[in-house]
Amino acid sequence: MPAKIGKYTIELQTNPAVVGYAAVVGKKEGEGPYGKYYDQCHNDTTLGESSWERAESRLQNEAVHLALHKAGLQNTDIDCIFAGDLLNQCISSTFGLRSLDIPFLGQYGACSTMAQTLGIASLFVESGAALRAAAVTSSHFCSAERQFRYPLEYGGQRTPTAQWTATAAGSVILGARSQYLSAKIGMQAVTFGRIADFGVKDVNNMGAAMAPAAAQTLIDFFNDTGTAPQDYDLILTGDLGLVGSELLDDLMKQEGKDISPVHNDCGLMIYDREKQDAHAGGSGCGCSAAILCSAILQQMDAGQLHKVLFIGTGALMSPTSSQQGESIPGVAHLVYLKA
Amino acid sequence: MTVTKKEYKKMAQKASPGTTYGKNMLMAFLFGGTICTLGQGILNLYLSWGIDQQAASAFVSVTLIALSAILTALRVYDNLAKYGGAGTLVPITGFANSIVAPAMEFKSEGYVIGIGGKMFVIAGPVLVYGTAASILYGLILWFFHLY
Repeated sequence: MPAKIGKYTIELQTNPAVVGYAAVVGKKEGEGPYGKYYDQCHNDTTLGESSWERAESRLQNEAVHLALHKAGLQNTDIDCIFAGDLLNQCISSTFGLRSLDIPFLGQYGACSTMAQTLGIASLFVESGAALRAAAVTSSHFCSAERQFRYPLEYGGQRTPTAQWTATAAGSVILGARSQYLSAKIGMQAVTFGRIADFGVKDVNNMGAAMAPAAAQTLIDFFNDTGTAPQDYDLILTGDLGLVGSELLDDLMKQEGKDISPVHNDCGLMIYDREKQDAHAGGSGCGCSAAILCSAILQQMDAGQLHKVLFIGTGALMSPTSSQQGESIPGVAHLVYLKA
Repeated sequence: MTVTKKEYKKMAQKASPGTTYGKNMLMAFLFGGTICTLGQGILNLYLSWGIDQQAASAFVSVTLIALSAILTALRVYDNLAKYGGAGTLVPITGFANSIVAPAMEFKSEGYVIGIGGKMFVIAGPVLVYGTAASILYGLILWFFHLY
């Protein structure tokens, strides 16, 4: 059964097993530094579909099917799927997964969705509510641009702090430990974050808006577990990018918990920022999902990484709230994986 | 956390790289200047064909708008604008781009709600306040002519 430790952290005593995972990405991501780790790279960002929304739905569908295939499972073996994305009413998830015939629970945590869905899926498996559960999320540069910013062909300039929404999807399948005794990677703990709003209003600087939420969740986790940054091989944040990562490191130093030697950020990893013109780095639900569900889990399976804290970071604004002059609330959820 | 909102605002400002104004202004000058020089060249061409000054000026606008629309449709204009900035935004070509780009983008929602409804999503405010300002200035001018 899940056990609460401290005020915010939930320990997963049976260590639900990671039994399958997959990442599917677009062209720009495939050409990035982690290109060789992804299960599938689509050179055509439309994926042969008639709209960007359909393309993103397909990314998510493929990520689940590949993860199931790698786990040697079928859709009927999954008791529950937790999915989310950035689009209004989470249509990439609902349309992408409607053919799967798996009990579906849509989630919205903006770019923190991978950590949120993975955290809830772990709790379902840990509690026995599900024998196997799946977590999946996606984002697509073109569908996000048209919803949150400008039409693709509009001649505008991006600011230096702006981030590039990744065209990517990632999926993880979890199974009860009793069924998968030999599975290498296990879910150890989950800390769901509180909303932190430090008054940042610039929608082109979401890293700065999300960094305090990431710091707060990390501090909560360290306090609850009595551990320190050096106890982990990797502290992997979702999509803080260049600005947010620097701010998080500074915030943590001020709290006496220096994470900089073990900290990396999926937004900084997914693109070569200079060569690929990604400004402050990558962002989007698919950014952290693709990095986690490829290189990180592969390295854990291969014994190169052992203790990993994955912190999905989300900026919880909408175009409406921004136009009304509201600041950007941030949230960050943490999952602790061990191999 | 011990940091206050005020302290964090300072930290965020320090960590966020600013826009390179000098480079942006130079590029805007070069791109905007090139577009205007092109316009002048087209005007001279039309005048040399014996078209009168007023009609030739109108034809220049039409030509530049058409050129911008074609470059937008060919997915080239946004790549120029990435470097040109205000130099490609301010001339009439930028205005044409701001109408063609949403028309292309929202085609997937159909010809009425998509293209028709969204075509002026960026240019709309310019049209509204441009028209309102011209009425206001017209009134001021009319008022001065009374005396």
